[in-house]
Amino acid sequence: MILFTVNGERISTNVDPSTPLLWFLRDNLQLTGTKYGCGMALCGACTVHVNGEPMRACSTPISAIVGKKVTTIEVIGKSAVGKKVQDAWIAEDVVQCGYCQSGQIMAATALLTKNKAPSDADIDAAMSGNVCRCGTYNRVRAAIKVAAGLKPAASVKPAAAPAAAKKSVKA
Amino acid sequence: MDKLFIAAKSRAVPKTSRRDFLKVSAATGGGLVIGFNLSLGNKLALAQAAPAPNLNQPNAFLRIALDGTVTVQVKHLEFGQGVMTSLPMLLAEELKCDWTKIRAELAPAAPVYAHSSFGMQITGGSSSVSNSWEQLRTVGAMARTMLVTAAANRWKVAAGQCRAANGMVTGPGGKKAGYGELAEEAAKLPTPEKVALQLAKDFTIIGKPTRRIDAPAKVNGSARFGLDLTAKQIPNLHTAVVAHPPIFGARVVKFNADKVNGIPGITHVVQLDSGIAVVAKSFWAAKVGRDALQIEWDLEPGSKADSVAMSNNYRETARTPGLVAKKGNPDMLKGAAKTLVAEFEMPYLAHAAMEPLSCTVSVSGDKCELWVGSQLQTLDVLAAAKTAGVPPANVKLNTMLAGGGFGRRTNLSSDYVVEAVAIGKKVGVPVKMVWTREDDMKAGSYRPMYVHRIEAGLDASNKISAWNHTVVGQSLVAGTPFEQAFVKDGIDASSMEGIVDTPYDIPNMHATLHTTKIGVPVLFWRSVGHSHTAYAMETAMDDLAKLAGQDPVAFRRAYLGKHPKVLKTLNLAAEKAGWGSALPKGRARGVAVHESFGSVVAHIVEVSMDKGELKLHRIVSAIDCGLVVNPLTVAAQVESSAVYGMSAALYGKITLKDGVVEQSNFHNYPLLRMAEMPKVEVHIVPGGETPTGVGEPGLPPIAPAISNALFALTGKRLRTLPFDLASLKV
Repeated sequence: MILFTVNGERISTNVDPSTPLLWFLRDNLQLTGTKYGCGMALCGACTVHVNGEPMRACSTPISAIVGKKVTTIEVIGKSAVGKKVQDAWIAEDVVQCGYCQSGQIMAATALLTKNKAPSDADIDAAMSGNVCRCGTYNRVRAAIKVAAGLKPAASVKPAAAPAAAKKSVKA
Repeated sequence: MDKLFIAAKSRAVPKTSRRDFLKVSAATGGGLVIGFNLSLGNKLALAQAAPAPNLNQPNAFLRIALDGTVTVQVKHLEFGQGVMTSLPMLLAEELKCDWTKIRAELAPAAPVYAHSSFGMQITGGSSSVSNSWEQLRTVGAMARTMLVTAAANRWKVAAGQCRAANGMVTGPGGKKAGYGELAEEAAKLPTPEKVALQLAKDFTIIGKPTRRIDAPAKVNGSARFGLDLTAKQIPNLHTAVVAHPPIFGARVVKFNADKVNGIPGITHVVQLDSGIAVVAKSFWAAKVGRDALQIEWDLEPGSKADSVAMSNNYRETARTPGLVAKKGNPDMLKGAAKTLVAEFEMPYLAHAAMEPLSCTVSVSGDKCELWVGSQLQTLDVLAAAKTAGVPPANVKLNTMLAGGGFGRRTNLSSDYVVEAVAIGKKVGVPVKMVWTREDDMKAGSYRPMYVHRIEAGLDASNKISAWNHTVVGQSLVAGTPFEQAFVKDGIDASSMEGIVDTPYDIPNMHATLHTTKIGVPVLFWRSVGHSHTAYAMETAMDDLAKLAGQDPVAFRRAYLGKHPKVLKTLNLAAEKAGWGSALPKGRARGVAVHESFGSVVAHIVEVSMDKGELKLHRIVSAIDCGLVVNPLTVAAQVESSAVYGMSAALYGKITLKDGVVEQSNFHNYPLLRMAEMPKVEVHIVPGGETPTGVGEPGLPPIAPAISNALFALTGKRLRTLPFDLASLKV
């Protein structure tokens, strides 16, 4: 029996302890916001927070998170920093295909939680583990600075921003 | 449900249409289907294999709900390029609705969603906006006309006394009604036979920077990609992972699943033409099971392709003339005052989209349902039907969001769709077939390997006097349904695009092609032929400028007299980059310009080298993509294709040894990362009457621009991709 929490919910499971957290989240809890990209901690698409630290869920067996708190993209908007990051992502029109963006946002939120005014070098260091094949890096960088209050959001007129992000996925 | 269904059936490029005619038929649920056929025009022969259009299905482009929400069916795959925003913008412009009430859905496979030029449902050629340009504005105008007529009828006034704006019809005496209130009455009206479209000067949505509709769902994890289907959406969904042959074309002799059957959660192990599939209740069980299989393969029928041997063979072949693609007089080289001889080698490239390939399927009785991020629904449906043994009409394909594609999902062989259907048919339960990153990278369908050889001459006045160009490589379409449309007299047009149609006014240009047959599957890769031809063309132009002792931009200008669009784009980039101005010591600029998919992109890059490491400082880009629909998307796509091209130029390389693909994941197929990313400025050439491509044209000129900058910096020319930076050391 393995015990931990995911997005505040207590989890107890008899699943094979070597199962990567990524697949437990996706297949057992049906939390599919956390993405599979490489399975080797090379691309960052599966980034979640474990006790507030960014972790690659694809390479973290559930046996390694006993007693720990897991937070995923589905609820990151409930934290003040996570909400700012999501809003900045929309304001800067960061996403393209969007597949890597859950991981990017989790990595950026972890960065800004610890470092309220990151330099470009800090951003490079924190974000270079997250690959984006659409090449959104410059907009990711700009959105991090907007979320940190280091620069104003891009002004886009008129046609408006789409409706606010929904936070509807349950654990 | 009171909904207005409007479906447009367009089978030809609007420009070439001779007449339009409309068909109206009642749909279920009190809605309405409007179908319009444009004349058949230049559709591809293979479209004839597609099922006949059925206008009696509710295949809608737009649906107006009672609350005024307008849901647009997006007929192209959304995989980053922004069609879920740009296509609704076209429709909304003419509908004159409230943009904040627009929603977008990906359309399923249906003949009504065929590409206006290709006659089948496809996302490719950077043409999603251009082929929808007339169609979706027409659909929007038709719906608006019907809503206005409904209001006029309700108020017993002439339609001419009513106006539509911002999702509302207003009439005399302060009368007004929202689109949602009018939708039901509008649906009962006849479809207008002719609608007038607005002039560009009156656009209020088209041309305005517009944030993406799909962004909110993509920042909170709720956007559902093909890989994200679970038993919540499809009850009893299983996952399959497949053991594929170690080399292309190898066959299973026998296999032992003893070690697999004991793994909890595994439900089936089945043999396929393409390998052995392990099916389980979860991905991880299926993957562990797949890895535990013991399989004996017959390698004899497989491909033993070897990159080193191919390189030698291709280079040798390039010294002999191939089939003539463009006729010039190569003998003119003999009289040249100065001669350039340049041999290029470009490797196989994987698409390596962030979302590994998957396909979900449910085969039940004589029905087959698919969930897949497809760039080519029409062929995927036909392939699924054949594999499942059901009529194509019994195949339902739901288009899923895709985490990138870059051509890999324009699946001419439908390889992963066929594999998933074969599994689904054997096991009789719904199955999500998942390719691991390693499966995805080793499965082929690569951008082919090519060798180019250019011999070009300058005359005594330093003008180009002749250009002899030979290309060696596989055809992208040989043996596929696209062969008939692409290959003429043995020349695959996609192998030579960017050379034979160069905008440079080069005298005596002679271009030939050797099409090789290698047992490695190949496929369209972002920017297709331009992905390799632009590198040869634009670095050779730079070499010739050097040979002529001229500035690279000035040298190019002299050959662009007949192509003002290309010249204008080059000039804009040069102006914005400060071409010719002083740079800090140790830095150099490089330029390249290339036309593809109807658009022109010029990049000017600034580079330096530090201890053997390349530093990209800045990219200044200019694009002429005709009429701009969404400037935010244009900038994003130029930047995106530049990054994709940089990954290829710096790192991209799939190699084979005795038939085995040597790369497997991002440690040995690296991609550009945040810390390497230069600043990028995108400038748009204003004007243009209709939109042209934006998803790909930024890619071809990036690698030559970097190479030209490195040439300016070091005096050394890189002609093999990816760059061997160590060779630049003095």
